[in-house]
Amino acid sequence: MKKSGACLKGPIGSDNLINQQPEKRKALAEFIGGLPIGDDRERNRGYLIECLHKAQELFGYLPESVQLFVADHLRLHLSEVYGVISFYSYFTTVPTGKYRINVCMGTACFVRGADRILEELKRHLGIDEGETSENGKFSIGGLRCVGACSLAPVVMVNDKVYGNVAPGKVLDIINDCE
Amino acid sequence: MKIENAKQLKSHALELGMRQAKGPRTRILVSMGTCGIAANTHPVLTALREEIGKRDLQDVFEVVETGCMGLCHSEPSIEVVDRVEGTTTLYGNVTAGQAAAIVEAGAYEAAGVEILDRTWYCPEGEENQAGARQARVVLRNSGRIDPENLEACLIAGGYQGLARALTEMKPAQVIEEIAESGLRGRGGGGFPTGLKWGFAAAQSSTEKYVICNADEGDPGAFMDRAVLEGDPHCVLEAMAIAGYAVGAQSGVIYIRAEYPLAIRRLRMAIEQARASGFLGADILGTGFGFDIQIKYGAGAFVCGEETALIHSIEGTRGEPTFKPPFPAVSGLWKKPTVVNNVETFANVPAILRKGAGWFKTIGTPECPGTKVFALAGKVKKVGLVEVPMGTTLREIIFGVGGGIREDRQFKAVQTGGPSGGCLKDDNLDTPITYESLRALGSMMGSGGMIVMDVDDCMVNVAKFFLDFTLDESCGKCTPCRIGNKRLHEMLEQVCAGRGSHETLAKLKNLSHTIRDTALCGLGQTSPNPVLSTMIQFEDEYVEHIEQGKCRAGVCRHLISYAINDDCVGCTLCARNCPVDCISGERRQKHHIDQDKCIKCGVCHDLCKFHAIDKN
Ligand SMILES: Cc1cc2nc3c(=O)[nH]c(=O)nc-3n(C[C@H](O)[C@H](O)[C@H](O)COP(=O)(O)O)c2cc1C
Ligand code: FES
Repeated sequence: MKKSGACLKGPIGSDNLINQQPEKRKALAEFIGGLPIGDDRERNRGYLIECLHKAQELFGYLPESVQLFVADHLRLHLSEVYGVISFYSYFTTVPTGKYRINVCMGTACFVRGADRILEELKRHLGIDEGETSENGKFSIGGLRCVGACSLAPVVMVNDKVYGNVAPGKVLDIINDCE
Repeated sequence: MKIENAKQLKSHALELGMRQAKGPRTRILVSMGTCGIAANTHPVLTALREEIGKRDLQDVFEVVETGCMGLCHSEPSIEVVDRVEGTTTLYGNVTAGQAAAIVEAGAYEAAGVEILDRTWYCPEGEENQAGARQARVVLRNSGRIDPENLEACLIAGGYQGLARALTEMKPAQVIEEIAESGLRGRGGGGFPTGLKWGFAAAQSSTEKYVICNADEGDPGAFMDRAVLEGDPHCVLEAMAIAGYAVGAQSGVIYIRAEYPLAIRRLRMAIEQARASGFLGADILGTGFGFDIQIKYGAGAFVCGEETALIHSIEGTRGEPTFKPPFPAVSGLWKKPTVVNNVETFANVPAILRKGAGWFKTIGTPECPGTKVFALAGKVKKVGLVEVPMGTTLREIIFGVGGGIREDRQFKAVQTGGPSGGCLKDDNLDTPITYESLRALGSMMGSGGMIVMDVDDCMVNVAKFFLDFTLDESCGKCTPCRIGNKRLHEMLEQVCAGRGSHETLAKLKNLSHTIRDTALCGLGQTSPNPVLSTMIQFEDEYVEHIEQGKCRAGVCRHLISYAINDDCVGCTLCARNCPVDCISGERRQKHHIDQDKCIKCGVCHDLCKFHAIDKN
């Protein structure tokens, strides 16, 4: 499981993102408050992944201050929360770009040339898979089968699907994001 | 409306059916699965509705948004069903502009719109008159009903299987019926479902669980998603039946977070089922209570493995643990747990409605029933197919799938995803069963089926799957974490033309070691793509190392591009070369600077004069 993320730079939770966005903080607190959290630590942990999904949906990523907030509310250790985040590739501890460009790396797309599309994207944007461009606009990622195999190779920009993408069309997709 | 008992369910369903019979005579079914939506079906849907509104024909036509019809190759696709004439017409690649012609034609075939063959029949209710290749049991409702409408589901017999189980059978009889039907796990392993339920039922615990595995990890497969999007109620019904059979009151559906539409439809279906009394306390007045919650995956393939999945539901890292104990004995929260795949569950209501004897008339004696495949890759008709077990690969690829794209030459078909293997043309006539595929070094898997042609390099394909495994290995056991890394390095050497016969021997050796020593199914099966391609396509491996040649022209280190005398100097390639390594005057032959060329192949694809050779 590959994962890039900053671990413990400065005091824990010093990014303070959670307090800079009080509305989102409130929404997350309400979500956790609505869960049947009890005294059984084991069973409480069963809600952790749900909470992290919610938190990432709200904040876009999971910086330490958010992790700490979730850990406190579920009465878990921060290390347990971080252990889970680092295991699952869906969770990210670094902000993603405004336009998340994901190339489908499923088998059907692979046999129809998805790796060439990915290369082209990386070359045009000057960033690697899993990275975000300096201006915060683009990030590149890989996906596994989005279920549109008939349109292979497929590129998704946020929720929009581009099908039958040829290497020559990559620049058009990037320009389309403006 | 809350349904109080089984009798009321029957009469209610009949009443709904009669009401529908009095409604519009023509139904236009619009395939709105993820693929349909991606292929821009929304404008077609709007156009059809507008056309009907404009002509004031709401009493004659009803437009229904359904799940996937499986015709991904021709989306947007629609089916027009005329009850009075008894006809159905399938249209493919429909545009918004054709809406008028389709409404105009009604029960007849509209001119100027592409007509598709219906290659399936539904064994539950239809005779296979035309010799259809596909038999739809699991996908029976997918593409036929509005998945968000419980009434449509009830008309189609929804929850009748549950009603029969609860009112006419003892739990042990339900298990017996499932065992008798010969249903086997469709998640890949093929374990007899009745046997599994029996193990869980035999446990004395009062707290037990039923889990539906909707993690669908095979990259290149989407059968389970189609079932959940097209007919969510059948999975809920089956889980309740399983709960009754084994003595569980709680169910969990573990679904990938990447399936937003399926999640939305499941949530909706659960609400509807609770409101109607098919879930919750005292189902159908029988005193049996069962409820279902949804848990989300977070992008880890290994969580499809049942012990890892259970850990993930418990909120920890999704690492597998050693079996035994099997989940049926000690699973979720250490309680007896039944884990079944979506497609396995989707078979259960039909078996209870029609009986085990009926189910066994489909498929082969050892493997009754059907299997859904996501057919993709270099095949003409990419889509979802459901065929009786024992159908040959040739039937699927060349019959249902229409053969290879651009009529190129078939090379291999990959089944079983990252745990499976590649099969060659001399395997095409093998009837598909769990055992036959395993004997050929591949496996059934969950149903991904990727077709490859002569442009695919088999070494590179093996490397692709290993890339995947490396990425997804949880890292808990050494053979999988380190062994696969070494395998990958050796494959990279072969792809770069740097390998030797010794590399090949080591590849084989290490593959066997990993297979024999890894902790879970992921590691144990991860060398399969390597081993199967080495056995079936040994000559290609040898060519890479002995001659530095990749016959498919895929491995970059082994190919080069050069411009031949057919070049007319149109400059198209030079203008599109991403690294500006093509030079030449207009109307003069161009030249590629080999030192700068990154071998992206853009020029080769673009050239209209076949003037660029790939060597
Ligand atoms: C690495 C690995 C991945 C798996 N992925 C899936 C999956 O995505 N979906 C699934 O239903 N079963 C998957 N399985 C099989 C499950 O462990 C389990 O056998 C299955 O859910 C049992 O259901 P069945 O008997 O109905 O097939 C996977 C197994 C392994 C070893
Ligand atoms: S493999 Fe890319 S959409 Fe299925």
